Amino acid sequence: MNIQIPPLTSRLLYESAEGDVFVHDAAHGADSKTPLGFWIYLMSDCILFASLFAGFAVLRNNVAGGPDAHDLFDLPYVAVETGLLLVSSLTYGLAMIGMEAGNRRQVFGWMAVTFLLGLGFVGMEIHEFGDLIARGAGPDRSAFLSAFFTLVATHGLHVTAGLIWMGVMFVHVWRRGLSEANRTRLMCLSLFWHFLDIIWIGVFSIVYLMGVA
Amino acid sequence: MSPVPVSPLFGKLTLDAIPYHEPIIMTAVGGMVLAGVTVLGLITYFGRWRWLWDEWLTSVDHKRIGVMYIILALVMLLRGFADALMMRTQQALASTGGAGYLPPQHFDQIFTAHGVIMIFFMAMPFVVGLMNIVMPLQIGARDVAFPYLNSVSFWLTVAGAALVNISLGVGEFAHTGWLAYPPLSEPTYSAGVGVDYYLWSLQIAGIGTLLSGVNLITTILTMRAPGMTMMRMPVFTWTTLCANMLIVAAFPILTVTFAMLSLDRYVGTHFFTNAACGNPMMYVNLIWAWGHPEVYILILPCFGIYSEVIATFSSKRLFGYTSMVYATVAITVLSFVVWLHHFFTMGSGADVNAFFGIMTMIISIPTGVKIFNWLFTMYRGRVRIEVPVLWTLGFIITFVIGGMTGVLMAVPPADFVLHNSLFLIAHFHNAIIGGVVFGCMAGFNYWFPKAFGFRLDPRLGKISFWFWLVGFYVAFMPLYALGLMGMTRRLDHLNNPVWHVYLVVAMFGAVLILFGIFAQIAQIVVSVVNREKLRDLTGDPWNGRTLEWAVSSPPPFYNFARIPHVRGVDAFWDMKQSGEASALHAGYSRIHMPRNTGTGVILGGLSIVLGFALVWHIWWLAGLGFAAMLALAISHTFDENRDYYVSSREVARIEAQYFQQLSPEN
Repeated sequence: MNIQIPPLTSRLLYESAEGDVFVHDAAHGADSKTPLGFWIYLMSDCILFASLFAGFAVLRNNVAGGPDAHDLFDLPYVAVETGLLLVSSLTYGLAMIGMEAGNRRQVFGWMAVTFLLGLGFVGMEIHEFGDLIARGAGPDRSAFLSAFFTLVATHGLHVTAGLIWMGVMFVHVWRRGLSEANRTRLMCLSLFWHFLDIIWIGVFSIVYLMGVA
Repeated sequence: MSPVPVSPLFGKLTLDAIPYHEPIIMTAVGGMVLAGVTVLGLITYFGRWRWLWDEWLTSVDHKRIGVMYIILALVMLLRGFADALMMRTQQALASTGGAGYLPPQHFDQIFTAHGVIMIFFMAMPFVVGLMNIVMPLQIGARDVAFPYLNSVSFWLTVAGAALVNISLGVGEFAHTGWLAYPPLSEPTYSAGVGVDYYLWSLQIAGIGTLLSGVNLITTILTMRAPGMTMMRMPVFTWTTLCANMLIVAAFPILTVTFAMLSLDRYVGTHFFTNAACGNPMMYVNLIWAWGHPEVYILILPCFGIYSEVIATFSSKRLFGYTSMVYATVAITVLSFVVWLHHFFTMGSGADVNAFFGIMTMIISIPTGVKIFNWLFTMYRGRVRIEVPVLWTLGFIITFVIGGMTGVLMAVPPADFVLHNSLFLIAHFHNAIIGGVVFGCMAGFNYWFPKAFGFRLDPRLGKISFWFWLVGFYVAFMPLYALGLMGMTRRLDHLNNPVWHVYLVVAMFGAVLILFGIFAQIAQIVVSVVNREKLRDLTGDPWNGRTLEWAVSSPPPFYNFARIPHVRGVDAFWDMKQSGEASALHAGYSRIHMPRNTGTGVILGGLSIVLGFALVWHIWWLAGLGFAAMLALAISHTFDENRDYYVSSREVARIEAQYFQQLSPEN
């Protein structure tokens, strides 16, 4: 935090009036606190996923005589899903460039593309789940499938939450433009969205690629 | 319980859920309802609803939220202690072959509720409350980083506590023990709603705790007064930082563990079942990967309290500040690599057990460093034996004993003998009562004048301390002996005349603690009545060393009219020494403050509805509750009228009052 400390010219206990106001105004709006707090939250979310990954690692071979990863996963399908999410990270980045340039139209445009890509990802995941359950490989079939569905669906729920957040951000930016508060929000959503991308790379590698390999 | 048909409207809930055939439960429920109605009636009678809503329920002031946390903790202490007394009397009555007065399924719920309440809804709110009140003042800040989030955190904790209490009157609580190990907590063996109450109350409260952790870390990292480097922070602020880092790192594991068990119960997954290759031991590993850091989440802030108390009342700078900080950080890191000592008997093999045994012994070293630091702070100090000091001295002796029995059990072969025995129960009560409860009481007596503007009556405080201390030893030393004789935990009845004697002594000890609690209640009542005599006009009743004592008691809502400048550890002490602290200053500027909001308390209320609906499988209500919470949280982001400025004239007026208070004193 960039706090300017006026030199201590008198033997007074307290800071000068300007310093005072500056310190406190920095606490609101365009501040370093909200992104830092959001980072810390993301780290806790990271541990949440780490626990789910650990659970999956423990249970991955516990198929209980049922289907295993080889029988179930369709890599080309998941690769397309992965592609949608990775590209959506790029498009969100373009929206952020628009934000930095103060171009509201660019923000709306790229955020809309991001939203559709994210929606496509969630749709494909739901379809995959439906297909697995229809084939008798639902989360109640074996411990392996319980861990698989929980890990992947938790990621999917996060993406869904991101989509809802994006929807809300359309309204915010439409109402107030690229205000300081909205910039901070867009920035946090950006962190969240890229974070989910990184988690998905872990899911794709550990659950799908290593499962089928 | 036999499977209950699920109706679309009420889920599994029927009138049979109310245990009206159980006189003990109904008396307790009746008492709780009566107390609740009395409180509500009094508020209505005195016409204080508006005041309560405006000043407290919707408050985002960290000091008020802290006070409310501690009120929650004290209320839940009574509930949890009632459970403890019932267990002690049952075991005393039912140890010579009789059945006692509690049927087994009720006894099982009582020991589960006792553990859950004491850890999650007594100890946690107490330390979080103290952190909330004190830490922002210690770092010279005007509030926490996210005041509205702070309110949400608090009300989610209240919602969790409310669900536990609702379970007493509607349905049942878990009979599984406080960590709900599977497969016992799986639907096959616990078909009722008890485990569901357990899961949702803790899940909701846990999210509150996690958000509070994020909030307090951000506060410490970004809002310290100019000049307060990390190595100038008061030790309590350091321990708060470390405890909250543990919260952020450990609570997600708890969330996942409970989510997995919930899926097993609601969706039919097989994480921890015996069937379909589930792995119950994974639950035990995961829950203790949270559970052991949790122990340090509770004790670290208390270590901070003792450090403040010892330095203040010895009128000396804390001995070994730097080593204290490093010891705290070492404990923070090491607390994540000892969890397996809770289940050496799992059978992970000699190598794994040896590793965790050695790590457990290593973690006692930084704790020992702290003990020596406190002793050396007192050495050649002029220790004033006030109530907070008594609690601290009681802690040092008691905690050392608890620590040594802990190191004893860190030896895996010894643990194989003592695992799940009363020796273990005595050990962790030794550490948690001697460490956390004594710490909370020390902090309560120490900071009470700061929060309310008058001191607590010292005589009743001392009486309470001695009852607690003696009661603790009388209640728990027999349990060490019983554990060595082979008595296991959680026995609802037994037949052994030798053990019976010890159990009667232990019950007597619990009664002594009861008197200690009575004395505490009396202390609060008497102090409120005599508040004018006990009034603290200076804001600095103990000759304190840290910044919370630099402002009036209670502090103005904005804490500091001007943000202080810090030049060392013990910032306020330095200012007093150089004569700066009493200087009167002109030229205040306006102060930016957050507005109160009802969103937090309403979110808390809705989460009770959501949790209750999930417990009873009332799906439409659960959906509605969740949708309402989401809508409310989103609509709050559209509220742009969230802050305001206090004019410099108003600040000057409030400060002038304080200085007027100070002048006759000087």
